[in-house]
Amino acid sequence: MKPFVREKKTFGFDDVPEDTCYEAGYLVTINAGWRSIRPVINAEKCVGCSQCYLYCPDGVIAIKDGKAVVDYDFCKGCGICEKTCKIGAIVMEDEQK
Amino acid sequence: MKQYLSGDEAFAAGIRLARPEVVSAYPITPQTIVVERLSDMVEDGSLDAEFIHVESEHSALSCAIGASAAGVRTFTATSSQGLLYMAEGLVYASGGRFPIVMMNANRSTALPWNIYGDQRDSLALLDTGWIQAYAENAQEALDLALLSYYIAEHKDVSTPFMVNLDGFILTHTYEEVDVPEQADADKFLPHYETENCFDFEHPKNMAFSAGPDTNYIFKYKEHAALLRAIPVITEAEQKFAEIFGRQYTGLIDTYKTEDADYILITLGTIAGLSREIADKLRAEGKKVGVLRIRYLRPFPTEEISAAVKNAKAVAVLEKDISFGNAGTVFTNVTSALQAAGLNIPAYNFIGGLGGRNISHADITDIFEKTEHGTERVNFIGIEVQK
Repeated sequence: MKPFVREKKTFGFDDVPEDTCYEAGYLVTINAGWRSIRPVINAEKCVGCSQCYLYCPDGVIAIKDGKAVVDYDFCKGCGICEKTCKIGAIVMEDEQK
Repeated sequence: MKQYLSGDEAFAAGIRLARPEVVSAYPITPQTIVVERLSDMVEDGSLDAEFIHVESEHSALSCAIGASAAGVRTFTATSSQGLLYMAEGLVYASGGRFPIVMMNANRSTALPWNIYGDQRDSLALLDTGWIQAYAENAQEALDLALLSYYIAEHKDVSTPFMVNLDGFILTHTYEEVDVPEQADADKFLPHYETENCFDFEHPKNMAFSAGPDTNYIFKYKEHAALLRAIPVITEAEQKFAEIFGRQYTGLIDTYKTEDADYILITLGTIAGLSREIADKLRAEGKKVGVLRIRYLRPFPTEEISAAVKNAKAVAVLEKDISFGNAGTVFTNVTSALQAAGLNIPAYNFIGGLGGRNISHADITDIFEKTEHGTERVNFIGIEVQK
């Protein structure tokens, strides 16, 4: 499930809770700025086996309509999904492309 | 009721009176007796708590954090290498604002391996966001077991609290201790209520991350909470005195400092002997006094400078060295002097490392050297220091 992503906003002093116990997603914002390569899924090859979903350390892969999809708002581009995909349906592509 | 107890036993008696619901700890000399007594109390039913047997100190504190996050009063205890092994958890507990109370039996750190008392363990972790108090005797240790929860759990503070007892000298020495009645302890310390905990009815995000845009605000709030502990300590001690008849003196206590030319600043059990020597020197006409630091965090910046402002020189005696600089208590004290614009000589005396005795002669010599001037940092018992 994709987490709730708030709009980018500036937090003032009083917007920040006193302790680390607060409404879920309150501070969450897009966090993928340092990704240099991104996993691209070839939907024609993908068989929806869920290996990439199971191994993704960031929990950003979901299986939708039998195919893997990546949440690029949070994917850090580590490439573990590419290594776990036994049928080569995932390739890592340069972000600058 | 008056009882004949060691420092560890007195502390365990105080913790029973505080009614923690979870105790998780791993035994280590010289803290072991606290853990043994508390497990006896759980076994005989006189303490209604879950006692979690863990495989390490890292787990002991992690369990305490988890229990505190479930909203209950928690206790743990450790010493020396055990405290260092907990280091990662210390900042989770303080950053998460979980008001856990921990007793630390001050003991030397390796290598060379040594089980005896010094203050290197807790001072190495002074910057982890915990309140740090140092007890002088078994009665104060027991009383701090109750005071610590009151202060840590106060809504203005919500910060974990480390009570330090000098290893062996305090933990294993027997003294007469007044153990309060449970009814009085309950009057002093209400049941712990918090919103900083799991709530199945209103699910929340706990122990989350915070990026560069907000992280510094959390850290500022942690700092502000530690400073807010200062008035709360006063409030707690007043309420404590009303119920138990023992009045404590906040972040420091002073002995004959009002008109003193030379003041010895120290902490823990050695304050007692220091006062004895001060009396002896006073009888010889020397105007000397002793200042005991009770709390290192929050630090008594204003209290220390106010107490020593008319002194000609001060000495700081501690069982610690920050290698390559000076004792950590010393650098904290000199920063307080600087903040108050006090340009008086200050000398650091490092003693008691690895349990080495600090004698009458040593303390007499400290006063002597403070009067006549000496090196910035002096290791007691080592004359050649270059």
